[in-house]
Amino acid sequence: MVQSKTWLSRSTDIGIYLFLTLVFCISLFPLWYTVALSFSDKSAANAGIVSLWPVGFNLSSYRIILEDHKFFSAFFVSVKRVVIGGAINLILTVLMAYPLARDRSMFPGRNMYMWFLVFCMLFSGGLIPLYMTIAELHMLDSIWALVLPGAVPIFNVILIMNFFRNLPKELEEAAIVDGSGPLHTLVRIFIPVSLPALATVTLFSIVGHWNAFFDGLIYMNKPDNYPLQTYIQQLVVRIDPELLSSLTTDQLIQLLKASDKTLNSAKLVVAMIPLLLIYPFLQKYFIHGIVLGSVKE
Amino acid sequence: MRSSKRIISYHLMLLPGMLILILFSIIPMFGVVIAFQDFIPGIPIFKQSWAGLDNFTFMFQLPDSRRIFLNTIIIASMKMIAGIIVPVTFALFLNEVRTRWFKRWVQTVVYLPHFISWVILSGIMVSMLSLDGIMNRMLSLFGVEPIMFLASNTWFRYIIVGSDIWKEFGFSAIVYLAALAGINPSLYEAAAIDGAGRYRQLRHVTLPGIISTVILLSTLSLGNILNAGFDQVFNLYNPLVYSTGDIIDTYVYRIGLVDGQYGLATAVGLLKSVIAIILIALSYKLAAKFANYRIF
Repeated sequence: MVQSKTWLSRSTDIGIYLFLTLVFCISLFPLWYTVALSFSDKSAANAGIVSLWPVGFNLSSYRIILEDHKFFSAFFVSVKRVVIGGAINLILTVLMAYPLARDRSMFPGRNMYMWFLVFCMLFSGGLIPLYMTIAELHMLDSIWALVLPGAVPIFNVILIMNFFRNLPKELEEAAIVDGSGPLHTLVRIFIPVSLPALATVTLFSIVGHWNAFFDGLIYMNKPDNYPLQTYIQQLVVRIDPELLSSLTTDQLIQLLKASDKTLNSAKLVVAMIPLLLIYPFLQKYFIHGIVLGSVKE
Repeated sequence: MRSSKRIISYHLMLLPGMLILILFSIIPMFGVVIAFQDFIPGIPIFKQSWAGLDNFTFMFQLPDSRRIFLNTIIIASMKMIAGIIVPVTFALFLNEVRTRWFKRWVQTVVYLPHFISWVILSGIMVSMLSLDGIMNRMLSLFGVEPIMFLASNTWFRYIIVGSDIWKEFGFSAIVYLAALAGINPSLYEAAAIDGAGRYRQLRHVTLPGIISTVILLSTLSLGNILNAGFDQVFNLYNPLVYSTGDIIDTYVYRIGLVDGQYGLATAVGLLKSVIAIILIALSYKLAAKFANYRIF
């Protein structure tokens, strides 16, 4: 009886490990496959004989990218956007979270501001009115169209506000007794003790900026101003709808065969590299971030 | 005196953010009046002629409207249901693992796709699902004829739902793993003393331990029933699969920014927002009632 139970339990364990190994492979395979394609010989990739390892290993597609001026200018637009956008997001988050973390007795307007934030979070004018506002402000084709509309990450403000509220009240009281002003208290006391929480929300806003493609597509008229994701969306992913509907299936097959799989894969890999570089930090913080969201008074 | 000075600084600290929100959230909200106009691009908004509810009546007559609302709801519901079942199952499996390094490796890999953009993932999928891609090559080993997955109305919705689950199941499981880690170990000990085996521990300790989290997250996800995932669908769809894959957001983009029918596009967008807000309010109300949940 006891023996059969152990046997059952052990085979269950083996089943669990096998299942999770399968899940591991399914999660990793598409990314792995793309890397293998990017290092493969062009004809091998187009013939579809690449699977786990590069066939006819070579670096030619990466060499082409290195000489691709447009790719690098798009990469640079993205880097610029991440730096400016991430910095603005962080500054506005702490500047807004700190006063909102005060009690109503200390800051009478607090609840009014909170309702305003929730209102902005729930309601939006939609795509067309926002586009027209940006156009009216003459921000089309400028980097500000990519960073200013989302400059206040309301959800992050609420998260950090909750975090500030859970810090010991004595911190704030001691600062008031010492006669230090709000900005001084924020910079000298609150920011240093909340660095992990701030790192969490900043990493998320960096990833958001890096991954955004749609605002680049609609606000940038000149392809030179495209951020990297928009550039990739236009050149690698999108199939021209008019072309598609005018072709016969055979012609379409020819077109897809002619597309440069290795070069496209290499571009996708290069666009993923910055994310992979910050992934260890992300992994360190995001569990913390999710717990952060659930901490409430 | 001192405290009124503090209050002024508080207002000043909030000022820059408020200006941004007024400029990019509040002002565009007034732009929804376009939904009630015969909007012609190039003329100022207050000089446009009024159309009353014409845009809305026209929208309800369009055969497209029925299709896009149906597609949106079908895709979003499929994602919602699978988006609960798969992460919960995965979390339950992972929770049984005691080997630290194995657990860490699995977690590292399954969380990763969450952070990769749909643009990049679509690029990967287009190359994997094409006629000479690896998917069709594997199927051909079993004698299956090549399938144009992304141009097939039979497959499109499943591909959308499947790839969304592939991207997000690991990350969604974090919440459930946290809930599982929060179950008091003495409950398992007590159950073991009472003679409960592995399966009865699962049924009587583990499942009751996470059911409240599952209910909370399912309730909150109701607010997303009109969000079928613009970034994903936009990057994967094409005119051949409009009948099963065209959703409200992609439609608004096409008729608005591509075809220039601003009034109609804003009307469709407005209808969606109104329904979405009602649903969000409802789901938060339910969540507050059943799980005592509040955002602030």
